[in-house]
Amino acid sequence: MQMSVQVHRGTSNSRNALVGAGVLLLIAATLPFWAPAGNASSWMREFVEIACYFTFAMMWNLLAGYGGMVSIGQQAFFGFGGYVMLMLGNFAGVNPFVAVPLGALAAGVIAVPVSFVAFRLQGGYFAIGTWVIAEVFRLSFGNVSAVGGGSGTSLTALRGIDKATRETATFWMALACVVAAIALVYLFLRSKRGLALLAIRDNEVAAESQGIDVRGMKLAVYVVAAFGGGLAGALYFVGNLRISPDAAFSVNWTAFAIFMVVIGGIGRIEGPVVGALIFWALNKFFSDYGTWYLLGLGLLAIVVTMRFKQGLWGWVQDRRGWSLFPTRRQLVMED
Amino acid sequence: MLETLIQGLLLGGLYCLFALGQSLIFGVMRLTNTAQGDFIILGAYAVIASLGALAISPWLIAVLLLPLAFGFGYGLQRQVLNSTLGRDPLPSLVVTFGLSIVIQNLLLQLFSADPRSIETEGFNTQSIALPGGISVGTLPLVILVLAVAATAALQWLFNRTHVGRAFRAVSDDKETAELMGLNAHHVYALATAVAFVLIALAGALQAMRTTVAPSDGPLLLLFAFEAVIIGGMGSFWGTLVGALLLGVTQQIGFRIDPGWGIWFGHIVFLAVLVVRPQGLFPKTRG
Repeated sequence: MQMSVQVHRGTSNSRNALVGAGVLLLIAATLPFWAPAGNASSWMREFVEIACYFTFAMMWNLLAGYGGMVSIGQQAFFGFGGYVMLMLGNFAGVNPFVAVPLGALAAGVIAVPVSFVAFRLQGGYFAIGTWVIAEVFRLSFGNVSAVGGGSGTSLTALRGIDKATRETATFWMALACVVAAIALVYLFLRSKRGLALLAIRDNEVAAESQGIDVRGMKLAVYVVAAFGGGLAGALYFVGNLRISPDAAFSVNWTAFAIFMVVIGGIGRIEGPVVGALIFWALNKFFSDYGTWYLLGLGLLAIVVTMRFKQGLWGWVQDRRGWSLFPTRRQLVMED
Repeated sequence: MLETLIQGLLLGGLYCLFALGQSLIFGVMRLTNTAQGDFIILGAYAVIASLGALAISPWLIAVLLLPLAFGFGYGLQRQVLNSTLGRDPLPSLVVTFGLSIVIQNLLLQLFSADPRSIETEGFNTQSIALPGGISVGTLPLVILVLAVAATAALQWLFNRTHVGRAFRAVSDDKETAELMGLNAHHVYALATAVAFVLIALAGALQAMRTTVAPSDGPLLLLFAFEAVIIGGMGSFWGTLVGALLLGVTQQIGFRIDPGWGIWFGHIVFLAVLVVRPQGLFPKTRG
């Protein structure tokens, strides 16, 4: 007997989530028009900041959660994207908002030669090796006097633009980055290449024996993650207007990304979303505590890793079966 | 030039002590301890804090700290790190990275960001004059001797003792070793305990030779890691050679331009990685 089988990927949750996301997006995009005049500026700045953290975390999740490459050096691309954006704006006269995607592109391009060195190491040693590479970036930019050396420099290219226009443009750009980051990762994972990536994550040797180009896939993921990291960095420093090597290449960027991904749930798209919301809330209420706050974040990451390996969203998904961004294929029999 | 070389070797002795613990832990259980540098700094502050409470020689305090470090390492491995081991490197990386953040902020809270050092009653400024007008600091020389001794001791422990045989057995094949009656969790904990003795020693000597601040850890981790990789995984003599090479490279870099010394060390490390990724004297396979 011949049975016909259909492949389903969407779930009712995911369709609801899509509608919900559309509504949220519409509300967010119109924020400059409905926010109270006194709050609009600070709300937008807050959103830009969390959007950069989120985009960066999303890329770290792609790299570590799907690509199996746990890196502590993604700040190399964050800072590089920022510096390229600034140099294009200050020295080449490019509009900084146009320079943001160019900075991201530059980070993606530089990731190719960097991967040649980084891919010599595996597992835990890959993590620290990438950190060394990020340090090389930091020390290199710290020794270039044209961009202010160790003390950094300001983005002077935005001088002529008034504050309200600048903040609104940055805000919309941040919103676009968030949507693009989710869409990029989601569509990538649902594509044929995404399936190959999941196969590699589950068993590298088996995937290779099925004809998957493991090295090529890993390089592709590394470059995409670098591009996204550069995007987050370029955006952050358009909002911040001032860059320095210690701020741009700080390991804290990756530390916070790891925190968000691990708390939310690694290897799932909902993970960084949930993680970023929790991070934002914790930051809002506890960041005044300084060292104690950071100490608490470190402890929380340890406890979650040891007790809730799938993170908060994994815990929810295990109990409820919710999946807002389904990448699994389900086979449904037709009668 | 000769002086740069000698200073580099002396610096490398210190780096060797940073790296031996890392080399041992990775060799036995493939665990990458990203808090290695922070534990070294923690050891330094443990001596500094004890020195404030007890008016005895810092050397005596450092020696008394070693058995404590052994117990701390054993407990840490048994209570925390053992449960993070496995094929996936992520849990152990996140947990040790989290520990790194916890230690840095705890030290910052307790001791402030000011750099501190261990007072050795002038010992750290004494030097020995060598022929040719070169003078060598006594403390750096002691550190180098200790580093060579520690390397030899670790290699002896690994190759010639019962414990060392257990280390090698669980490193090669954990399941079979367990079938032969070894308790892998206990063996791992012993390895970490030994590594923490070296970490405490390195911390005390670092604070005697120069200053320490709560945020110094990550840089020490990177130096330790570079020494291990340059030398080749699983070989302690390799780690010593890697550390000495790194020390010399950095000194040459510092001599050319003080702003580029560490950068130059990193670049040479990356070059070794490209040309000879298995390191100079590899023993263990990753």
